[in-house]
Amino acid sequence: MKTIKCDIVVVGAGPGGSMAAKFCAAGGLDTVLLEKKAEIGAPLRCAEGVSKKWLAEVGIEPDPVWIRGDMKGAIIKSPKGTAFQLDESKAGSEVGYVLERHLFDKALAKDAAEAGAKIMMRTSATGVIRGADGKIIGVKAKQMGEEIEILAKAVVAADGYESQVGRWAGIDTTLKLSDIDSCIQYRMCNLDVAPDFCEFVIGSVAPGGYVWIFPKGDGVANVGIGVMGSLCKKGADAKYYLDKFIAEDPRFAKAQCLEIMGGFVSTCPGLDCAVDDNIILVGDAARVIDPITGGGICHACRTGMYAGKVLVECAKKNDFSKEALMPYEKMWRDRMEDKLFRNWMAKERLATLDDDVIDDLIGMISGSDIKEVNVYNILKVVKEKYPQVVEGFEDLI
Amino acid sequence: MKVDENKCLHCGGCVGSCPKNAIFLNDFVLEFNDDCIRCGICARLCPVDALSME
Ligand SMILES: Cc1cc2nc3c(=O)[nH]c(=O)nc-3n(C[C@H](O)[C@H](O)[C@H](O)COP(=O)(O)OP(=O)(O)OC[C@H]3O[C@@H](n4cnc5c(N)ncnc54)[C@H](O)[C@@H]3O)c2cc1C
Ligand code: SF4
Ligand code: SF4
Repeated sequence: MKTIKCDIVVVGAGPGGSMAAKFCAAGGLDTVLLEKKAEIGAPLRCAEGVSKKWLAEVGIEPDPVWIRGDMKGAIIKSPKGTAFQLDESKAGSEVGYVLERHLFDKALAKDAAEAGAKIMMRTSATGVIRGADGKIIGVKAKQMGEEIEILAKAVVAADGYESQVGRWAGIDTTLKLSDIDSCIQYRMCNLDVAPDFCEFVIGSVAPGGYVWIFPKGDGVANVGIGVMGSLCKKGADAKYYLDKFIAEDPRFAKAQCLEIMGGFVSTCPGLDCAVDDNIILVGDAARVIDPITGGGICHACRTGMYAGKVLVECAKKNDFSKEALMPYEKMWRDRMEDKLFRNWMAKERLATLDDDVIDDLIGMISGSDIKEVNVYNILKVVKEKYPQVVEGFEDLI
Repeated sequence: MKVDENKCLHCGGCVGSCPKNAIFLNDFVLEFNDDCIRCGICARLCPVDALSME
């Protein structure tokens, strides 16, 4: 059997894996990045919306190559049609980009390669390898059908929602049913939607989630839905709700579908612990994703960067034990844990509200002077009139 | 579990949701191993209703 030896093996070349590989390689570590698919960033499993601020934090320079659109604003709607629109007229508005994920993910992988990481495509990790003392010493993989072994001092599990590497390593990444949103998205053309506004529709149209319309230019948009399976009507799946929404909205009368994709997001506040001896979990694999928005690109990039930095430090003492990796836990928790927890609580409450209350809430938000659409600002407004919605986590708002 | 290949989007959602880690997605093929306890969670969550009990 072919055996490869390296310092760090990273499983999954999504944003989390590529960032981890880049920082490991840049720190002088011999780094191998495995990707099971035939193309990085494709097939798409994303609505491609991001805010802008975090890019600088993780050292990513905005590049027109992967920016499809610079948004002017956002619209939040209730099923009854009440809408809150945030646009440039509100001074200081912070809106976001719509990306070309397939190009964004490749750009990050290219950065990793330029830093010295070795990318192995169509190489699927199938298990972890343990040494005589039970410690993880690498991963088993299949490279275009051939079984190989990659031996490393530490493994970075960046395998996304599937999060199997962590489980093979004994870290429980299983989600509660109520912490899972099933998604489906159509890339549609012939649409009559605003070209530079991201739209979100919440309420009964998408139980426990929302419908999104993120424009890609020229009458094309990502039109998708996330639903909490446990709240769906019997026999109804995500596709049922999305098709119903599209059928009832006249803007889609002439719409045609160019691409269909599925994908899931976790809506929990992150794993209890995302490290163990010789292994670190990052991004979706660590369940670090915003429980309300399902936005996870920034979280994957941050956790990937933290993992890379910590592994470089560990290498200096050649200690990759759980204890030595704990600074990673501290870094991601200090940066994101409060917000993840707050949004997880808010998600649980929002899922219980009926359309009348949602309608009223969106009316209230419209009447407020919010300058940036984010969960924090919206919850602040909600807290004023519906304190019960935020009861138990008011301190985090 | 039985996969309806005409419907499956190969999204990997069932893989990440299975409490027994009993599913593996390799390219465009879903494989189930013997750890499956037939809990039905994967079938319930599939966005396109592509899974059913055999
Ligand atoms: C429908 C949908 C819409 C979304 N919309 C947005 C959005 O608008 N904005 C946003 O910020 N986030 C969004 N997200 C979330 C976002 O896509 C993820 O949070 C992000 O991709 C996480 O990055 P990652 O690197 O952790 O994992 P991923 O991007 O999922 O990458 C994991 C990689 O690992 C590979 N892999 C898996 N298993 C193995 C294995 N065994 N061996 C080798 N390789 C393996 C996969 O092929 C994949 O390339 C959305 C998610 C979904 C499902
Ligand atoms: S959740 Fe459904 S569509 Fe997605 S991979 Fe599993 S069977 Fe296929
Ligand atoms: S039925 Fe349950 S145990 Fe079996 S594959 Fe589906 S989710 Fe996993």
